[in-house]
Amino acid sequence: MNFYAIRAIYFHEMDRMRRTLFQSVLSPVLSTSLYFIVFGSVIGGMIPQIEGVSYGSFIVPGLLMLTLLTQSISNSSFGIFFPKFTGSIYEVLAAPISSLEIIIGFVGASATKSLIVGVIILITATFFVELEIQYPLLMLFLLVLTCLTFSLFGFLIGLLSENFEQLQVVPLIIVTPLVFLGGSLYTVEMLPEFWQNVTYFNPVLYLVNGMRWSFYGASDINIWVSVISLVAFLSICVAGVAIAITKGYGTKE
Amino acid sequence: MQNVVSVKNLSKTYSNQFQALNNINLDIKQNEIFALLGPNGAGKTTLISIICGIVTPSIGTVEVGKYDIIKDYRKTRSQIGLVPQELTLEQFEIVYNNVSYTRGLYGKPPNPQHIEKILKDLSLWDKKDSKINELSGGMKRRVLIAKALSHEPSVLFLDEPTAGVDVELRKDMWEVIKNLRNKGVTIILTTHYIEEAEAIADRVAVINKGEMIIVDETSNLIKSLGQKTLTIDLHETVKTLPESLKNYKLTIVNEGLSIDYQYDTQSKQTGITSLLQDMKEAGLKLKDLNTEQSSLEKIFVELVKEK
Repeated sequence: MNFYAIRAIYFHEMDRMRRTLFQSVLSPVLSTSLYFIVFGSVIGGMIPQIEGVSYGSFIVPGLLMLTLLTQSISNSSFGIFFPKFTGSIYEVLAAPISSLEIIIGFVGASATKSLIVGVIILITATFFVELEIQYPLLMLFLLVLTCLTFSLFGFLIGLLSENFEQLQVVPLIIVTPLVFLGGSLYTVEMLPEFWQNVTYFNPVLYLVNGMRWSFYGASDINIWVSVISLVAFLSICVAGVAIAITKGYGTKE
Repeated sequence: MQNVVSVKNLSKTYSNQFQALNNINLDIKQNEIFALLGPNGAGKTTLISIICGIVTPSIGTVEVGKYDIIKDYRKTRSQIGLVPQELTLEQFEIVYNNVSYTRGLYGKPPNPQHIEKILKDLSLWDKKDSKINELSGGMKRRVLIAKALSHEPSVLFLDEPTAGVDVELRKDMWEVIKNLRNKGVTIILTTHYIEEAEAIADRVAVINKGEMIIVDETSNLIKSLGQKTLTIDLHETVKTLPESLKNYKLTIVNEGLSIDYQYDTQSKQTGITSLLQDMKEAGLKLKDLNTEQSSLEKIFVELVKEK
């Protein structure tokens, strides 16, 4: 195992976060805080409690997931796409590094960045809404697993993208709608029956509800179904990235 | 001398069916400066990209230090440093961090003394805290060399190291390359500047349309394939050549004050003695004689044209 290479990639990527602090950390924290203010404090005050929790508190796990998903995808897709774009990927390809080591370096850094943003958002949320976490260890586990899974997914997008447009298509056209329609801001029961059934096909529903269960011990989906869904998606992402990088898709001729 | 790089029956066809290399065989000896010459699109970059692990070969094998580049990629790649053709650098990064990053990628523990030495050797030490986008083109090229040397490689590939570089900097770069060789590094460079190969390379390979045309020592190539030009300066100008000299390959130059005679150094009779005799008989008074070896450039053009 080339530990020095993993460390080099990891800190090289973390250094990018330091250089782009506003874009990497402040921007997602600021936009999520706006959600807390508008939906939590202002509009939330007029909405009755859901499952015994105030609306402002109810949306915290969903908004946390929304940010984790988009940040993890954006961090890692950009992290691998940028060296492809500038051409500096040559040194990663020419170095004595295995595919696994490349993935650990890039994905590990991306997941760490998302985790940092997630923790800051949680702390920020306490300024606007009342927050309780019934199962903190489970919450942490889901937080780490989500960051890793979607960083892998983002890595795959960055690996296969040939231009900036392709890099943006999946996060904007697929991920954001899935997150908004995945019960981040409402419970499934609030929807008409037809749309309830449609929502069950949205994978994000299971993630958001898993996170919500760790906070309040109540959700639309059984916690085990949520955890299994997340692990299944993680496995798919691992397989996808392993195949792509071993075959050299998007990097090697 | 021991071979450091050994390429056997190497071919590469890209996914768009373009055949970049066709059955290349090549041995690079330890501690030599080897130049790969060829026009644009000849396959030079593909060849070194395969050896360095950036491009996958279609057919054939490559060994670096007796290790296979696919099976033992960690052993081969850790011996190699690569300076790419394009200035592919992360523009907003600090020089020192960027060079140290490459050392880490190659699995070497941090060594600030070594990084300091390289940056000093390449006159980059005073720029170590500068962002890469603040550097001139020549400095960026040197940063790429510093990165390639950061993990102390024994084989260094330079892909067009002096492309787009001014004459002064080019000569500086040649000095850097020669110094590296003196320290025991084997250098393989691609270039389409013949002057570059002629000035620093021990051996030259000419590659065209993916095929190796010739591999030889630079001096041998010039000697064996070279034509020489004898320039005869005259006391008085001539407008036309006398009838008795029509059988020689002569050209009137220098507004009639000189005559050039092309001859083959390898032929048994160069014809110089009889030419001078015939000139004397034709009444031409000689002022001075001068001979010049054909440049590698002329040889190269001839070789590529023949193919």
